[in-house]
Amino acid sequence: MNRISSIALSGRFIRVWQRNLTVYQKIWKVVFLPPLLEPLFYLLAFGVGLSMLVGTVQYEGTAVSYMAFIAPALIAINVMQNAFFETTYASFVRMYYQKTFDAMMATPLSLEEIMTGEIIWGATKSLMATIVMQAVISVFGLIQYPAGLLIIPVAFLGGMAFGSIGLFFTGTVRAIETFNLPIFLFVTPMFLFSGTFFPLDTLPAWAQAFAALFPLTHLVTLARALCIGTLSAGLLWNVAYLIVFTLVFFPLAIRKMHQRLVK
Amino acid sequence: MEYVIEAKELRKSFNGVVAVDGISFHVRAGECFGILGPNGAGKTSTIRMVYGFSPMSSGTLQVFGIPITEGWRAIRYRIGVCQQENTLDPDLTVAQNLEVFARYFDIPRKEARKRAAALLDFIALSHRKDARVPELSGGMVRRLVLARALINEPDLLILDEPTTGLDPQSRHQVWERLERLRAKGLSILLTTHYMDEASRLCDRLIIVDHGRILVEGSPADLIRRHVGEDVIEVVTPDEALRTFVQSEQLSHEDLGHRLIVYGRASDKLFRKVSHEFCHQGCTLRMATLEDVFLKLTGRELRE
Repeated sequence: MNRISSIALSGRFIRVWQRNLTVYQKIWKVVFLPPLLEPLFYLLAFGVGLSMLVGTVQYEGTAVSYMAFIAPALIAINVMQNAFFETTYASFVRMYYQKTFDAMMATPLSLEEIMTGEIIWGATKSLMATIVMQAVISVFGLIQYPAGLLIIPVAFLGGMAFGSIGLFFTGTVRAIETFNLPIFLFVTPMFLFSGTFFPLDTLPAWAQAFAALFPLTHLVTLARALCIGTLSAGLLWNVAYLIVFTLVFFPLAIRKMHQRLVK
Repeated sequence: MEYVIEAKELRKSFNGVVAVDGISFHVRAGECFGILGPNGAGKTSTIRMVYGFSPMSSGTLQVFGIPITEGWRAIRYRIGVCQQENTLDPDLTVAQNLEVFARYFDIPRKEARKRAAALLDFIALSHRKDARVPELSGGMVRRLVLARALINEPDLLILDEPTTGLDPQSRHQVWERLERLRAKGLSILLTTHYMDEASRLCDRLIIVDHGRILVEGSPADLIRRHVGEDVIEVVTPDEALRTFVQSEQLSHEDLGHRLIVYGRASDKLFRKVSHEFCHQGCTLRMATLEDVFLKLTGRELRE
């Protein structure tokens, strides 16, 4: 009864988003380099180097070049990393070392708005990095348009999913070093086993079922279908999975941060 | 008369530990009200409830006549808060710290620029407006925190230990600004454990310990009531003095190596004491708030 109203969410979260954008504008030149260079490195290493050995990959019954196979996965991984690292390490620094959220909570902003601003900012970073990366990959002719344009909203959705679970970990971990655990147990397995560098159907059935729980699996499936241009109604399931994942972890993240910050 | 803050039976406990144990007070418009107490007395917990950072465990709290539980957002539009820790944004410049903070209060960009420039002038930091926060000295940081708390032109300023850790010059810089604000009629709620700060700034204050109010009043009033006008301090007192003090039933405190006698117009007494019992040194001085504080909260270390 004496609690500060439990859910206080309004459009004011945009103020928090704007704060992050203002900081970003000061350092954007450095931040833009990874999405620009990373696909080049990967395409060179895997696409040119490894495709000598691999040749083509069977995807949805047709043979695609190995470069065309991994290019969408690079986009999906980039979406995951941008949002996840933003709402883990970067949010943790703002929360714990810089006391940014403490300062905000002395203004008309609510905790819910601050956390929403953080997650949407993480998704925005995924979106911006995707646009840069997509431009680079398009130069290699590896993305079919206009379907490829849908990658942009999908990147934002993926960013919301990974940003939400990232902030959930930020509300949970004891110290910044503890992020090693979710990275080792969650991010690294996803990076390898989400149909990123080899088709999932080469795995045993139980492993495939397990991989279907990873949000990255669904993001990779979507990105690949949109890049190669093989759209089907089944993709709506992948979209639905990412939405549900977000709807679960978004409120959980806010709850954890509430427990952590409101004393 | 409407109070700026009206707190009744405020209570706060964390994981079974009671930090604030039934505190009631009110702050009038235009007044500087102090909350004094040793470390861990419940000062910060109390003011965190006032600006709606911490939910109350029980009690009622109204700011500007609005209950905090319902109107926290409307209240926060009208208050400025200087938290104890440095919560400035190290990713932003000095001027940006003010301008970005202005957005949280929905202040339009042009107006924010104008206010930021005026506030930087007020805290004498205009020449460092493009500096980054980590480049500032401790005193500059505190002044910038103060400026940031004023960006929304608040009706109430809340300060949690505004000068802790500052050198004497910087403390006076902050005090001088606070006095100017007070002269303009701004209501101020302040916590401190510096007695000179409280004496200088506060119209009224409470001394709290273990989450409860020990006394309430103006600094001069509290000194008169609890200590008297003067204090005689005797270094390494002997048994003769102790016997004398006890037989005369003088209000005193015996610290072993030092004996403190509280009194009123003690000239004659001082002459007697210094003449008959003083071996190592004794002084007569005016009573201060620090005497009240130590008398009421004891002299053991609080950590």
